[in-house]
Amino acid sequence: MTFIRLAGVGRTVALPDGNQLEILTDINLEIERGEHIAVVGRSGSGKSTLLNIIGLLDSPTTGVYELDGQPTDVFSARARARLRGATFGFVFQQFNLLPRRSATENVAAPLLYASGRQVWGRRAAAREMLERVGLGQRMDYLPERLSGGEQQRVAIARSMVRNPTVLLADEPTGALDVDTGSTVMDMLQHVVTEFGTTLVTITHDLSVAARADRQFRLDHGVLSGLSAADLPSVTAQRSGS
Amino acid sequence: MTTVVAILAEAWSEIRVHKLRVILSLVGVFLAVFGMTSIAAAGDIGRQLVAESSERSGGRPATVMVQAYPLFSGPDNEVISTAMREVVERYDIRWSSLVLDEEIIANFPGQSERVAVRSVDPAFGIMHRLLIEQGRWFTPADVQRYAPALVVSPSFLERLGGFDPNRPPTVRLGGDSPVLATVIGVLGADDFGSPFAYLVNDSDSGWTAGSNPYGQPPMLEMWVPPEQVDQVMAAVTGDLLLTLPGHDVFAQRADAGDQLAQLDLVLNYGVRGVGYFALLLGGVGVLNVGMVVVRQRIREIGVRRSFGATSGRVFLTILLESVCATAVAGALAIGCAIALVLNLPYEQILSVPIEDLPPFPLKAAVEGFLAATAVGALAGLIPAIVAVRAKVIDAIRY
Repeated sequence: MTFIRLAGVGRTVALPDGNQLEILTDINLEIERGEHIAVVGRSGSGKSTLLNIIGLLDSPTTGVYELDGQPTDVFSARARARLRGATFGFVFQQFNLLPRRSATENVAAPLLYASGRQVWGRRAAAREMLERVGLGQRMDYLPERLSGGEQQRVAIARSMVRNPTVLLADEPTGALDVDTGSTVMDMLQHVVTEFGTTLVTITHDLSVAARADRQFRLDHGVLSGLSAADLPSVTAQRSGS
Repeated sequence: MTTVVAILAEAWSEIRVHKLRVILSLVGVFLAVFGMTSIAAAGDIGRQLVAESSERSGGRPATVMVQAYPLFSGPDNEVISTAMREVVERYDIRWSSLVLDEEIIANFPGQSERVAVRSVDPAFGIMHRLLIEQGRWFTPADVQRYAPALVVSPSFLERLGGFDPNRPPTVRLGGDSPVLATVIGVLGADDFGSPFAYLVNDSDSGWTAGSNPYGQPPMLEMWVPPEQVDQVMAAVTGDLLLTLPGHDVFAQRADAGDQLAQLDLVLNYGVRGVGYFALLLGGVGVLNVGMVVVRQRIREIGVRRSFGATSGRVFLTILLESVCATAVAGALAIGCAIALVLNLPYEQILSVPIEDLPPFPLKAAVEGFLAATAVGALAGLIPAIVAVRAKVIDAIRY
C-alpha cells in the first residue's frame, strides 16, 4: 500500500528581486511501506527540498502530498510537528548531534517529544538503540570525542529511537570517507530492515543509491527514474552488503 | 503532565549543558535578589531595634498614658490611684501599671544619696520591654512583701558593691523611718551615672515614704490593642472625670505610634524599589546573554523541530530555561541571605541589645523569588520569540 504519495508537487520560493525561483517541478512519487528508495542529483537540484517536503519540514506550493492516504495540507502546524516526530526520523549529512550532550542524551532527545511511557523510559530506550548500532561502549561519550562514523551511527540511533515509519537520510555518507560511509550504510540498511522502516536516501553518490530498491534522479527540480545502467554494479553492491 | 515534565527536563538539561554562561548571566539576578532579601531582613531588624528602643521609653503599641490633676488643691495620690485601679478593673484591661515618680534617700555604704525611684506594677516590665541584666523583674508576689524589693540601675548597684543572686544586696531607704530594701534585679540599660531604682507598687505604700518633688500625681499606663486605643481613651477619660470631680483628666498615646509607620514606608517602598531596580538590571543581563545564545543555537532548535517539537514547545523550552535559571538563582540568593541574616552577631555589631530578633522576612523572600522568576520570564520572552521565528530548514542547514 502506498504510504507516501506526491502528485504534481512543485515548490517555488520568492527571490529578493521579486522573481520566483522554481526548485521542484511536477514531482510525482509513490513510496510503499518498508521500501528503500534513493534520490540522486547534483548540489542545488532540489534534493533536500524534496526531503524536507516529505518530512513535513516544508510544504509544497503546488500539488498534493498525501501521507498514509491523508492530504497533508489540511494539518495545522502543531499537527504537522507531532506527525513529523511520530512518523519520520532524520539523518543529516553533518550529523547534527546536540553539542555537549552524551551519545545517550542525544539519542534520548527525540523521546522528549513523545508521550507517556516513552518520555519516562527515554534513557533506557536510548541505551538499547546505541547497543544496536554497536556503540554500547560509547554511551557516555560526547560527540566531540566520537569519530565521524561513530557520530553518524549515533545520529542513526537517534533517528530510529521513536521507531519511525520513514527514515529520511540526507547525504548520510557525505561527511564520511568511502570505507566508513560503506560501513554506516550497511548498518543503516540493517537497522531499517530490522524495524521494517521505509528509507528515503538523498545522495549524490551513485554507489549509495545503488543499495536502494528504486532510484530516482532529480535534475533542476525534475524527478525522473534512474535506470540500472546508470548505476555502478548494483548487483555487486547488494551482494556485497 | 508528561509533557510538562518533558519540557522542564529539556529546559533543565539546557541549563546544565550551558552552565557557565547561565551562571555568568545570573550573577546580576543573584546579587539583586540577595541584596533585596538581606536588606529587607536588615531593615526589619533595624526597625525592631528602633521599635524596642522606643518601647523601652514609651511602651509597646498601643500604650495609653492617663493623668488626672486636681484643679484646686494638691493631688491626693490615694484617691487618684483608687479611681484609676477601679477603671482598669471595670474595663478588664489586662496590662496596666500605675506609675509614680519620686525621690528617696538611699543609705549606701559610706554615704546617703537622694535617688530617683519609680513605683510601678509588675506588668510595667513587660509593657516597656525592660532588660534585666542580673536577677529578675517584679512578680505579683513582690507586692505582698513585708520589705520593699528593688530593681536598680547599674550605678545604683555599683554603690552597693555588686550583685549575688544567692545573697541579694540590701539598702536602707528613707530618712526618719527607714526600711531595709532588697535588690532583686539589675537593669541592663545604662543610667549615665545617676542611680535609679524601680519599686513595686504596694496597696499599702506608706513605707515608701518618698518625697514627690515634682508634685506629680500617679499616672496610669495601659497597654491595649491599637485598634481599640481611641475607644479606651475616651471611656477611661469619661469615667475618671466622673469619679474624680474637680480634676482635669487627659489621656494620650505614650508609644511611638505612627512615627514607626514612616520608617515602615521607607523600608517597604524605598528598599524594595531599589531591589526591584537592581533585579531589572540583572534581567537585562540575562536577556543579553539569552539573545546571543539563542542565535548560536539555531541549528539545535532546527534539529529539535525535526524531532517533532512544535513552535509552542520551542517557545516554552527557551522561556523555561530562563525562568528555571533565574528561579534557581533567586532561591540560592535567598538561601545565602537567610544564612547571612540568621548568623550575624547583631548585638556585637550594633552594641545594642535586641530582645525579639525578627524572623527572616518570609514575604521578602517570596517576593524576591517571584520577582526573579518574573524577570526570568521577561528576559526569556524575546529569545523565545526569536527561536520560534527561526526557519526550520535554514536552521538545520545553518
